[in-house]
Amino acid sequence: MPVNGPTIDAEGLRKRYGDMRALDGLDLTVPAGGVCGLLGPNGAGKTTAVRVLTTLLRPDAGRATVAGADVLRHPDRVRARIGLVGQHAAVDEVLSGRQNLVLFARLHHLPVSRARARAADLLDRFDLVDAADRPVGTYSGGMRRRLDLAAGLILDPPVLVLDEPTTGLDPRARAQVWDAVRGLAAAGTTVLLTTQYLEEADQLADTLRVVDRGRVIAAGTPDQLKTALGGDRVDVVLSRPDDLDRAVRLVGVAVGAAPDVDPAALRLSVPVPQRVTALAAVLRALDDAGLAPADVAVRRPTLDEVYLRLTARDAPDTDRTVTA
Amino acid sequence: MTTLPARRLRFAVSDSLVLTGRALAHAVRQPVPVLVGLLFPVLLVLMFGYLFGGAMTVPGGGDYREFLLPGMFAMTVAFGIEATYTAVASDTARGVTDRFRTLPMAPSAVVTGRAAADLLHSAAGLAVMLACGLAVGWQWRAGPARALAAVGLLLLLRFALIWVGIHLALVLRRPESVVALQILVWPVGFTSNAFVAPETMPGWLAAVAEWNPLSATVAACRELFGNPGWGGDSFAAQHAVALAVVWPVLLIAVFLPLSVRRWRHLGR
Ligand SMILES: Nc1ncnc2c1ncn2[C@@H]1O[C@H](COP(=O)(O)OP(=O)(O)O)[C@@H](O)[C@H]1O
Ligand SMILES: [Mg+2]
Repeated sequence: MPVNGPTIDAEGLRKRYGDMRALDGLDLTVPAGGVCGLLGPNGAGKTTAVRVLTTLLRPDAGRATVAGADVLRHPDRVRARIGLVGQHAAVDEVLSGRQNLVLFARLHHLPVSRARARAADLLDRFDLVDAADRPVGTYSGGMRRRLDLAAGLILDPPVLVLDEPTTGLDPRARAQVWDAVRGLAAAGTTVLLTTQYLEEADQLADTLRVVDRGRVIAAGTPDQLKTALGGDRVDVVLSRPDDLDRAVRLVGVAVGAAPDVDPAALRLSVPVPQRVTALAAVLRALDDAGLAPADVAVRRPTLDEVYLRLTARDAPDTDRTVTA
Repeated sequence: MTTLPARRLRFAVSDSLVLTGRALAHAVRQPVPVLVGLLFPVLLVLMFGYLFGGAMTVPGGGDYREFLLPGMFAMTVAFGIEATYTAVASDTARGVTDRFRTLPMAPSAVVTGRAAADLLHSAAGLAVMLACGLAVGWQWRAGPARALAAVGLLLLLRFALIWVGIHLALVLRRPESVVALQILVWPVGFTSNAFVAPETMPGWLAAVAEWNPLSATVAACRELFGNPGWGGDSFAAQHAVALAVVWPVLLIAVFLPLSVRRWRHLGR
């Protein structure tokens, strides 16, 4: 495997299902090390992309290398270097956790004794020792997911691909999976992780790719995306409901953009190009009108706001591609 | 040093053994369905042999239980298709098949392992049935060599049905749809010469029953075990052993390539 160069490098991936373009010219470059998040709404094409990158699916067009091997020309080499944890836990429900891990280790061509030792290691590492000899059918969702993760790590692959690893998990199980992923990344594994959850992307990913309708529409660190796409915002919280309409007009004129209004919270929020001058202008306008707000603050946008703007289905500018 | 093809072959064999072992581990973990599967045909033998047996006549005379047992052997083997279907469809629906496809294992092992496990399972089922047959007075009367040949034909039919089962599972991909398969398997099983002689059926049904692949195996087994058959002078009845080879080979020739194609299609 080349030491330099990206760990995952995909260009122009296309895949159609009838009229549906699941992948519509997806480009993806993931550097070695760290966690790269593929963030996108349901149906964006994340799973399809993951299936192409893990040799499960042949794209209609495009090329991809993973860990230095071409997914179409040398799928066997790719398979020897990756671990995949799919969207649905792919473990044998009848067998025990230990039997599952031994089975998958044997299919990685480890001899019996090493397969057993490896299974014991992984059970220990993923805190499954107590349940090791119970049928997987009796496991909780979180335990099953951890077993699934362990099964993807038999040979300590340099690249681990996780497709929505925490969808459907309760918060505690989610935190456990997050810890495991962080530990793997810290130990040098390159992790590609898809998610629909912004919090997960924000918490786990070193870099993010926002995917929508089969394409990457934005890329960067979570911070870069917030800066590049959202800009800063000024929030104003009023003390009296009667002031709301007037405040909306005043703030709109002061910064030259229509604020978003949350009437229940008496809150206005408006994106601003220049935080200090905008803040001063808002304060002056409110003061001149004799309005006394309960709170005024400048803040970065949340990833939610960035994401909603990026993936808004009816926004006129969804075709733009932003690279931070 | 081993050469690459030799290594490949070795892995194809060892991976397939690992997966056969997995199927056996399933049987150990969940013995009840396995036992039910083994004992259900025994129940059928008792039911048909003793409950309905008195009312059944074998054309040309002969003991009904002697007539019945080869039919039951073939039915046991034919019902095995449900086990193949369920196993492959569950793996595909659960993503286990996808996991296999991302492992650096021999892809062929997924099916060869399955086939070996299913053949073992059916061989065990046949052993139980043979024992049950001997217990109710059935015997092979044409020597052990011909009896072994009959068992061979039964397993050949099972082997052919493995590919039908794999193909259907990869097409339907839903373990619940096994119900549809059962609805299909039963009429095919009964429109054969397994329980009654086709001569006693209405004309068109008799023709279907005579050319049913299951009937070929049943008639061939009766011949090789030296048990009473209905004789008959149709082409199918006269060439039972040949047809018991041709039918399964034909099924394999159709469904093995179809299964391979379906398997590749998983990546499309
Ligand atoms: N096998 C398939 N057959 C038909 N359509 C599919 C298939 N797989 C995916 N799609 C469609 O492609 C689009 C992208 O799906 P997917 O990659 O699963 O999205 P995501 O994982 O981001 O939710 C969806 O509209 C989905 O319905
Ligand atoms: Mg998905």
